[in-house]
Amino acid sequence: MADNALLRAVKVSKAYDGVQALSDADLTLNAGEVHALVGENGAGKSTLIKIITGAVQQDEGELFFNGEPLINNSPALSKSLGIAAIYQQPALFPELTVTENIALGRERRGIFGLINWNDRRKAASELLGRVGARIDPETLVSELSMPQQQLVEIARALGADARVMIFDEPTASLSEEDTRNLFRVIDELRSAGVGIIYISHRLEELPQIANRVTVLRDGRTIETREMTGVSSEELIRLMVGRDLSKVFPKRPVALGETVFELKELGSRAAGIRDVNLAVRAGEIVGVAGLVGAGRTELARTIFGLTEPDRGEILLRGEPIRIGHPQEAIEYGIAYLPEDRRRHGVVLDFPISSNITLASLKKLSGVAGLNFGFGKEREVAEEYTRRLGVKTPTIYNTVSTLSGGNQQKVALSRWLMTKPSVLILDEPTQGIDVGAKAEIHDLMMEIAENGVAILMISSELPEILGMSDRIAVMCGGTIARILGRSEATQDRILSIALGHLDTNNKE
Amino acid sequence: MKFSRYKRETSAAIAFGLLLVIVGIVAPAFFNGGNLRDLIINNAPALILAIGMTLVILVGQIDISIGSQFAICSVAAGVLAKTGMPLPVLLISILLIGAVMGALNGVLIGWLRLPSIIVTLAMLVLWRDALRWITEGAWIQDLPGNFQWFGLSQQLGELVIVAITVLLFAVFAWSLGNLVIGRKLYAVGSDTEAARLAGIDTTKVIFGVFVVMGALTGVAAFLNAVRFSSIPGNTGVGLELKAIAAVVVGGAAISGGRGTLVGTLIGVALLGTIGTALTFLGINPFWEKAIQGAIILVALVSDAALDRLGKNGKLDLAGARAA
Repeated sequence: MADNALLRAVKVSKAYDGVQALSDADLTLNAGEVHALVGENGAGKSTLIKIITGAVQQDEGELFFNGEPLINNSPALSKSLGIAAIYQQPALFPELTVTENIALGRERRGIFGLINWNDRRKAASELLGRVGARIDPETLVSELSMPQQQLVEIARALGADARVMIFDEPTASLSEEDTRNLFRVIDELRSAGVGIIYISHRLEELPQIANRVTVLRDGRTIETREMTGVSSEELIRLMVGRDLSKVFPKRPVALGETVFELKELGSRAAGIRDVNLAVRAGEIVGVAGLVGAGRTELARTIFGLTEPDRGEILLRGEPIRIGHPQEAIEYGIAYLPEDRRRHGVVLDFPISSNITLASLKKLSGVAGLNFGFGKEREVAEEYTRRLGVKTPTIYNTVSTLSGGNQQKVALSRWLMTKPSVLILDEPTQGIDVGAKAEIHDLMMEIAENGVAILMISSELPEILGMSDRIAVMCGGTIARILGRSEATQDRILSIALGHLDTNNKE
Repeated sequence: MKFSRYKRETSAAIAFGLLLVIVGIVAPAFFNGGNLRDLIINNAPALILAIGMTLVILVGQIDISIGSQFAICSVAAGVLAKTGMPLPVLLISILLIGAVMGALNGVLIGWLRLPSIIVTLAMLVLWRDALRWITEGAWIQDLPGNFQWFGLSQQLGELVIVAITVLLFAVFAWSLGNLVIGRKLYAVGSDTEAARLAGIDTTKVIFGVFVVMGALTGVAAFLNAVRFSSIPGNTGVGLELKAIAAVVVGGAAISGGRGTLVGTLIGVALLGTIGTALTFLGINPFWEKAIQGAIILVALVSDAALDRLGKNGKLDLAGARAA
């Protein structure tokens, strides 16, 4: 493969736990270009970056650096080749000075292994100058602002003679001025021949900075184009344009009264504000939005994990205060958390104890005495049968189950609390297609039993396929609520990206 | 399934069995009634402390202040006994003193979320030095006649100690398996955040565990004090390490969520017997500590090895966890 590209990924594939995160993805980065990488949540951007930086290894496909195959990539190897990634949250050592942070890992020692502090300080000042940062190199990193820290990180990468720099959502929390300064720095890096991969959800800023753009969707490379002449609308179309042939078991459900309502709900700690939403019995409201839009934070606030400081939560018209998950459960609110393995189930517990964990009170007499082991077995067997958990016995530990079956156990736990409001956070993330369909079936059944469902999902087909209405979140609040018939992938994504709500306000 | 759940307890039991067999062959005199009785009485307070420590370790915490708490409770028992306080009232008072010290740990660790190792390290030093300052190193002497052996004969007194210990063990072992709170302890220790998301008040659970640890320390101190005619002010040094070691040897995971009281019982028995066994085997008892240390290391290493084995059986799980 004769090639003058700086970095090339060819037909790279990666699966996590049976779920294909990346399949045959290609990317070619030239020296001296800014290459934008765009795609929805879960399109495979982070996986591709992790493979390039050596954080994970691809299952198939190859990487080439300067035309040479890059074999057995590791963080150390990629770093030594000059591949550096700069993330949204700077990864610096807060209790070390700027100089120390920049010098870390490339200590040039004098005789007897002594560190030449003067050299280090001079080098740090020079690097900071190159990125246009007016920072005293002797400041502690913890005293710097976020944009300043970002510049320090870029300076550190420069100091390590970076040849490929990856920016992952660098402007997500930058002011306009800081963004302009960052672009100026990136521009200079480009002129110096550094190859830059630039990931951003802010499509409108791409024409200012990028030379080319590659769109990822469902783990595949859809297209690579010259940036000039590509509009945001076109990019959105490329990002979402997957086939909608997949059938969801959506059935019309007679909606009941409004069970659950949020009025001007806000929490500074959770980063959400002015949330208004009403959910009726039997209704499934999808909550869409980008990572960081505040979806999980909203769920956690409702469930009593973060204290709201504004607005109110109403249950059947009555305002309620929820200070702790225990209270939420008593009010009939259930929350299936996002990270199934870590939070949804207790992996070392048997299936039976996992199912009853949120309903222990129901199984026991006064003061937790007379625990009903017989009742527990009965209930656990009922739910494993009803939800089709595939296991030899209910006493197997949950860690022995597949992802889909684990999720069914987690769901059983919450069904057992007999909720009237069920919040599902990424209910089918990382589980295989068959189990996904089963979970969707269950959701329909639960809705038909009159439960109000709030479904957070990053998968737009799932949102469109299962929801009666769709609340699109952006910047910590619900930017718009779309009806089932008016929602399309493009519209949802546009609103989530902060676009459409200006030219399409009600 | 059942066996693999208890495999860690099983290996401790096998080690204990081996020790008994070796001693039985080389020095059968070890099994005379008097020696066994001494062993049991000597280790009863240690077992009570280890029960509390099992709970603490189960929820993923640690308490290294119990040795000093033990000293405070012992001295308090002596001082209160000299006031002529009736024994049942005395026992309850000591239990409460322990519980209050435990509650202090519980507030700092449960509510303020401070790391338990630091909090209890501070308490270890604080209680010990406070006591030294107050007693000026003096022993509590001239205890009233109704204090030693509860005012009973030594045989009966020993019987009472054993009875209370057995009763406590039975109550806690049963509760851990049969009460809601037992389930909560394991859940909190397995994953505190997962437990919180399942509606368990993890703060209260952690607080409660430290209170119970303190109360049990009080009971252990009392049962230990009645065995002697005087109470040294520096009693209980190193008890925390003994209790932690017994729990770990008994198969509990130091990271929490796994362990049983049966395992702890075996751990106490194994570590408590080894010193005497060495004497009977004609080995210099100076080796006792070294061998105890070796047993702890072997327990930890085999634990890690078993863990790795278990994970290899389900590679996809380990991989996904890493990712």
